[in-house]
Amino acid sequence: MAADQTDHRLAILGGGVMGTGIATLALGHGIPVVLVDVSEEVLNRTRANVALQLRHAALMGALPAGRPTGELITSTSVQDAGDATAVIEAVTESPELKAKVLAEMSAAARPGTAIVSNTSGIPIDEMAAWVARGDELIGTHFMNPPYLIKMVEVIRGSRTGDSVMAAVTGLLGSLGRRAIVVRDAPGFVTSRLLHPMINRAAQVVADGTATVEDVDALMEGCLGHPTGPLRTADLIGLDNLADSLQVLYERTGDESCRPCELLVAKVREGSLGRKTGQGFYSYGKTPS
Amino acid sequence: MTLPQTPGKAPAGADDIRGAVLQFLREKTLATPATDQDLFASGVVSSMFAMEMVVFLEQSYQVTIIGGDLKIDNFRTVDAMTELVLRLRDASDS
Repeated sequence: MAADQTDHRLAILGGGVMGTGIATLALGHGIPVVLVDVSEEVLNRTRANVALQLRHAALMGALPAGRPTGELITSTSVQDAGDATAVIEAVTESPELKAKVLAEMSAAARPGTAIVSNTSGIPIDEMAAWVARGDELIGTHFMNPPYLIKMVEVIRGSRTGDSVMAAVTGLLGSLGRRAIVVRDAPGFVTSRLLHPMINRAAQVVADGTATVEDVDALMEGCLGHPTGPLRTADLIGLDNLADSLQVLYERTGDESCRPCELLVAKVREGSLGRKTGQGFYSYGKTPS
Repeated sequence: MTLPQTPGKAPAGADDIRGAVLQFLREKTLATPATDQDLFASGVVSSMFAMEMVVFLEQSYQVTIIGGDLKIDNFRTVDAMTELVLRLRDASDS
């Protein structure tokens, strides 16, 4: 039997796209959340986005009926997340930043607390060196938006302990998610397959072979991809995509993972996808 | 929440609302669906876009869409959205 949702107190590090979406998922399932980011300005925006996403989740019928929404507390200090039953790290996909944040959080958390990284592709075994107790670290790779996509890729590092594995499986069960557990590797399964494919899709557009719309239309209509690689890229966020590709390239040497010039140029000019209203597609004035 | 109405101007009727929703859809999706067409089944809009329509209707007609009204069936067609706005506005007037 799944644990009662009131048993969980979740801490989320990072109020960006994924931290916000995971917070929405948890709160909508009645689980209280402490969300930590660097500034009140970011936290105010995150609170507003969570409120909007809770409505979006309700609109899509994605939340369990009759369960009161969990309480959201925001903070600029990991110390306020010290009594969480699990911590999910969702800061920018930079190894240096993740190392710093994970070390701070691991020092503040009670021993035995599951420390979960929502990395898109940094190997969990590499990150285990950054926390106080490597057996407490595990990876979850939620897809965006986490409150609508029911499946989660879970990455078990070679040091991940059984109790942490069980705690995270229980948490995902309380969140109504289905977990597929895979072994550790750069990019795991989903990013290792999807990211170079998106990178190639951007290169195809840069080469003038086809338009953005036609690349997505072919991948949808001929190959059954649900949204097309470039619309997916806009949903992921092009900055995150480029960072994740770089992580993959540095760790695999696979040239297909070297971020292509079109992608790098879009990031440089601030066209980051849906969250800025402009990426491979234009989303009007209201980023969503 | 009530915003000041333009003096002497009648509140938007069903045809005005239908027209405004269609215009919004045209601008955002470059499609002009039939007013009874299922926008989601026919792929005109995504679930991400549905929330933009909620916000658009709330801001355009000073209504609040919450609780049982916040469900996808109310946004499935232009006609359904028009009906929802008229019902919520009538309820807030009375």
